[in-house]
Amino acid sequence: MTQFTFWDIFSNLLLATRWTILLSLVAFVGGGVLGLILLFVRIGKTWWLRRIVQGYTELFQGTPLLMQLFLAFFGLGLLGINVSPWAAAAVALILWTAAFLVEIWRGCVDAVPKGQWEASASLGMSYIEQMRHVVLPQALRISIPPTVGFSVQVVKGTALTSIIGFVELTKAGTSLANATYESFTVYGLVALIYFVLCYPLSLSARILERKMNAAHRH
Amino acid sequence: MPLIDIDALHKSYGETEVLKGIDLHVEAGEVIAIIGKSGSGKSTLLRCINGLETINSGAISVGGEQLVEDELHLRKLRLKVGMIFQQFNLFPHKTAGQNVMLAQQVVKKRRKAEAETKAREVMDRVGLGDKFDSYPDQLSGGQQQRVAIARALAMEPMALLCDEVTSALDPELVGEVLQVVRALAADGMTLLMVTHEMAFARDVCSRVVFMHQGRVHEAGPPSEIFANPKTPELRAFIGMAAA
Repeated sequence: MTQFTFWDIFSNLLLATRWTILLSLVAFVGGGVLGLILLFVRIGKTWWLRRIVQGYTELFQGTPLLMQLFLAFFGLGLLGINVSPWAAAAVALILWTAAFLVEIWRGCVDAVPKGQWEASASLGMSYIEQMRHVVLPQALRISIPPTVGFSVQVVKGTALTSIIGFVELTKAGTSLANATYESFTVYGLVALIYFVLCYPLSLSARILERKMNAAHRH
Repeated sequence: MPLIDIDALHKSYGETEVLKGIDLHVEAGEVIAIIGKSGSGKSTLLRCINGLETINSGAISVGGEQLVEDELHLRKLRLKVGMIFQQFNLFPHKTAGQNVMLAQQVVKKRRKAEAETKAREVMDRVGLGDKFDSYPDQLSGGQQQRVAIARALAMEPMALLCDEVTSALDPELVGEVLQVVRALAADGMTLLMVTHEMAFARDVCSRVVFMHQGRVHEAGPPSEIFANPKTPELRAFIGMAAA
């Protein structure tokens, strides 16, 4: 039987961390793009499209991410579509992230005072012009702290993908723990790596929040 | 033909009828104060004129432009009539100058240089030429309101709607805003203002409209309205305002 040194464990975990980071980025960027598209529908003028997006967010916020991963992985398999764990994980996480970002961002658009709409309307701006020049720039500023804060949830959410067999940090940790019987060391390191990934994010969210409050506008 | 023409205007919020048939005709150059208790519908009337509220029935036109509730018509109407709000509603992410330039560039498609020239002209007119690059939160309430007036003026409207423009201001800042409004009136701008400044209404306005329970209850030149109120409601209101 091979002997694992501490360094072996650590380097293997770091290698797997690349996948955690990559999956987080894919989920966050993909979810961000999808979320932005859905946001425009959610705050748009067509009521039935708004309802559909609302239903979508309620569905994804109201079910465990784990179930969404199972459905993406096994469900699509049942339909005869062969999905790799990587694809299933990416799809589920993108959909999940988008569902939360839509609601976070909608709240930010709502937080722009009604007077801003009225002032820009009375200057003759159209809905799109109001959005582009007045409302979205302000909503964007409000949205940065909660969005960065949510990215922490995405990073931690990737841990669940280990269950459908995607080898990221948690899955690598499980395998190493089984092989070395040094569960405490391994999971301790895994937790530490997650913390190193997440702490700068939550810290910057906090700093950004303070900054936005102090100089809230420019 | 009057500049602003309001005929049989009705407006309800759900079951509550706020405006119960308003007829009001405003000639170019008139300065009109709309007074009345809160809830009498005066702000709603103002907001109906530029389409911020949808009306239930009746007709409104400004400078021959009918109020029709689609974006294209509303835009044309809103180019004829500017609005100043109680809460200023400056765009906080833009400097005073950019506030005044934005709609010129976006709506009137003016070039940046042209918009800036116009913006500097109207900022001078409200006495804030030196605050062009300040952000709203660096300005006092009175200064913000004057920027808001400059922003509306830059669009070269035929009339201005002023919705309690001094109500959110500290008492010592009211004067500077009223001074700007007074200068506009002297320059012949058509003004329709909801106000609680009775002394100002008496001094500056050519006509005072007293609203009561969603109707124009009494209207006339300020000398008559204030010295010689005909209805008990107006008498009571003026008594309250004076007290």
